[in-house]
Amino acid sequence: MMDFAVAPFMLPSGLPMPGCLATVPLFAANPFTEPVGVIHYLIVGAVLFTAGIACMTLKRNALGILMGIELVLNGANINFVAFSSSYLRAEGAPTLGLDGQVVALFVILLAAAEAAVALAITLNFYNNHATVDVDRADDLKG
Amino acid sequence: MDIESLLPTLLGLAWLLPLASFVVILFAGPRLGSHGKGAAGVATAAIVGSFVLSLFAFISWVAQHPVRAVEHGEHAEHGAAHASADPAHASADAAHGSTDHADASHASGADHAAGHGTTHAAGHGEAGGHGGLPASYSGDWYTLYEGGRLKLSIGWYVDALTVLMFVMITFIATCIHVYASGYMHDELHDITDHEVHLADGGHLHRPGRFHRFFQALSLFCFSMLGIVIAGNLAMVFIFWELVGICSWFLIGFYYERKSASNAANKAFIVNRIGDFGMLIGLMALWGALGTLHFADATGPDGHVRPGLFTLVRPPVAGHAQWVPDGMVKFAAAEKVERVLLSHADDPRAGVEQVEAKVEDWRDEGYGRWLLLVAGLGIFCGCIGKSAQFPLFVWLPDAMEGPTPVSALVHSATMVAAGVYLTGRFYPVLTPDALLVIAYVGAMTLFIAATIALVANDIKRVLAYSTVSQLGYMMLALGVGGWLAGLFHLVTHAFFKSLLFLCSGSVIHACHTNDMRKMGGLAKAMPWTSGTMLVGCLAIIGAGVPFLDIGLSGYYSKDSILAQALLFARENPSHSILFYAVAGGAMLTAFYMFRLWFMTFAGRPRDHHVHEHAHESPPVMVYPLVALSILAVIAGWTLPGGFGIANMIEQARPAGTGGLELGGLLFSAFTVPAEHSSHAHDIHVTASLTAFATAATGVLLAAAMYVWGIIPPAMVASAVKPLYTFLANRWYFDEIYRFLFVLPVLGISRLVSGTDKGIIDRFIEGVAWGAKQVAGFDAWIDRTLIDGLVNSTASATYGAGIELKKLQTGQLRQYVMFIALGTVAIFVLAGLLFRSSFAG
Repeated sequence: MMDFAVAPFMLPSGLPMPGCLATVPLFAANPFTEPVGVIHYLIVGAVLFTAGIACMTLKRNALGILMGIELVLNGANINFVAFSSSYLRAEGAPTLGLDGQVVALFVILLAAAEAAVALAITLNFYNNHATVDVDRADDLKG
Repeated sequence: MDIESLLPTLLGLAWLLPLASFVVILFAGPRLGSHGKGAAGVATAAIVGSFVLSLFAFISWVAQHPVRAVEHGEHAEHGAAHASADPAHASADAAHGSTDHADASHASGADHAAGHGTTHAAGHGEAGGHGGLPASYSGDWYTLYEGGRLKLSIGWYVDALTVLMFVMITFIATCIHVYASGYMHDELHDITDHEVHLADGGHLHRPGRFHRFFQALSLFCFSMLGIVIAGNLAMVFIFWELVGICSWFLIGFYYERKSASNAANKAFIVNRIGDFGMLIGLMALWGALGTLHFADATGPDGHVRPGLFTLVRPPVAGHAQWVPDGMVKFAAAEKVERVLLSHADDPRAGVEQVEAKVEDWRDEGYGRWLLLVAGLGIFCGCIGKSAQFPLFVWLPDAMEGPTPVSALVHSATMVAAGVYLTGRFYPVLTPDALLVIAYVGAMTLFIAATIALVANDIKRVLAYSTVSQLGYMMLALGVGGWLAGLFHLVTHAFFKSLLFLCSGSVIHACHTNDMRKMGGLAKAMPWTSGTMLVGCLAIIGAGVPFLDIGLSGYYSKDSILAQALLFARENPSHSILFYAVAGGAMLTAFYMFRLWFMTFAGRPRDHHVHEHAHESPPVMVYPLVALSILAVIAGWTLPGGFGIANMIEQARPAGTGGLELGGLLFSAFTVPAEHSSHAHDIHVTASLTAFATAATGVLLAAAMYVWGIIPPAMVASAVKPLYTFLANRWYFDEIYRFLFVLPVLGISRLVSGTDKGIIDRFIEGVAWGAKQVAGFDAWIDRTLIDGLVNSTASATYGAGIELKKLQTGQLRQYVMFIALGTVAIFVLAGLLFRSSFAG
């Protein structure tokens, strides 16, 4: 049996958090019992991020990977926005202020530009190889 | 073209033509005709061209300076005047010296006084009489170097003697070129040299060297003419060495024969010994006088640089010999320094003081030794080149060369160069130097003549005869017979080259040099025997005493005898010189006719040789005839006074006709004036002596070798020790071998032993050590340093090879790595820095 103080964060299935995470202050409280705060946004961001990574590692289609990248970027964006929102924090607690939003906008901009370039590369790759399978894109391997 | 530019042009071209031939043969040699046969044509054409040019020069000289008889009485008077070194006396003498031929040259020379060259005939009219400067032309073609007082140049000094020597040399050379093109024809094909024994017992087989022979001959002619035309002693020295090297080439023509290569080296080395003395003489002259030019030179600024002749016999002293200012100051260097130091505040006054005192110092005798050393030094070179005692040993060995070479180089011209230079340099020689020369000549003529008595090799007899005759010339010069010596030089050149060519013809026919195998060849070789008889008669000075008619040798030898007799009368203590000359004349007659009788008269001694004997081809006979004609007439004086003797007389150096007093080295003696020897009683005594001695010699030879009254073998056994002594050539070679050659060889062996045993060992040891150190360094370099560098490189390379496997090109894999890597980093960080997270 685990002591609550030792393992406060329980996954929904009842599995305990790994002991190491318990030391991180963010996870000190149970998110399912807490009111909506930064932690929940972070969880969504982490989910998005993890989904993006999964997408990038599992998809063989280049377009799929691009979408995974978008997911990763947006997961990060959520974190920025969450950290800069004064509504989600206690009164007087330090925030990033508008900086978070600005960075998020900047990331969106970058994502658009990146998508444009990446799509161009993909199109070119398709023209040359008649496929968008990234596993086939190993011409420069060592 | 006036004479003063015409003569250098003609003679210069005559001088350079053989050089052109040499260059052509040098580069085109074997391609000239078949087997280089054309080389003979090229060389002969060049020397004929030289002869023609020399002849033109001769004619233009004679046209300009008519050769006339010398009037004796006039000269005796002048000679006496010049004996006193009193300038006033000499100039007084000039006032009434107006009748002899020298005035003709002055008058003609005056026309050219405004010309560009330096014409001594002009401008010296005041010297007057016979003592004045001889007609001569001099100048420089090309300056090799000029800096400070030193001026080395290629220039000319042309006087009657030069012109005559040019004609003589080119004529003899022409004859010999023609003769050699026949004599050397064996060389046109491959040759088996039977005198060279190879290690395998066979004989040497080699290609012919026809063109090379003519190449060396051309170079020799160029060098010899260079000596004759040279305008300064430095140029003489250059060409002196050039004839030396030509002689070396030609003596060593059959260089595969050990004897020939040894003889060539011997000639060259012995000559170097003499040249060492010559260098000392040159340095003495150069150091004290600062010039080596014979004649005065007028610079572009009109400044006259006095030459050697003017310095030693200045017009101001009436051309009497004195010690030049330069030598006085050189010898009195300490006094000069003292005077200059005492006038340190006013250097100009000091210099003036020195100039003022030179006269006193001269009277005190400063510089006399220096002048003597200069003269004897130059004479040293002449001893070597003219094969005088004690350096005559090379000449007989030089007969290893082909016979035309012996005729041209080793009898007629090159060996005469020493006599020529002594004659040319005559004004500078002091009476004491002259006496040394006379004694050297006497020793030479006597020793060589005695050796010639018993020699059996036909060419060696002639070689010793040459040495002996050269001794005659030197003796003549030494006793004051300037004209006699040079006259004999010219006549001897003709008959000696004739004799050599005849001997060559005999050798060509008999294929042996040994006179004991010859005999009775007169019938087989009528032309050769006849011309050789002429040569023999000429060399013994055959003539009719009271009619004064004879072959060329008669005149020249008579004048030598007369001068020696006069010298002996003036200086009874030196009368041995006259006996040497008279005795030498008898020996000459004996050995020359011994040679002729053994070769041509009597019955054949070796039938094998006799059967094969035949007359030589016309190309070899014509030169014999031409030379024999000259051997007869060369001494004659035509009714108008035209003759070689009078022409040489034109070139007599200023002031040398008179008597001179000597006594620096020896007790006091007089060198008598040469024209005094023409006095009737002297002349008749000399002629009779010459005739008597020559006749005795010939009769003795006939008695021994023709009539058989005195068998030669009996004489030989009667004086066996003497015979052995002479047959071994006075043991000169052995003495030199013992005294010089062996010590030199010993020392060189010692030195080379030291070199090989100690110095080389040491150097080899050092080298061995250095090699070992270097080997160790190389090992360090290869193993350690290279190993480090190479292993770094290979490690990097291996890492690269391994790491490139990570670069799979699988994009998804990369993402996986990134993700997992990030997680791993966090996990690790969490594990490692738990406390900081725990905050």
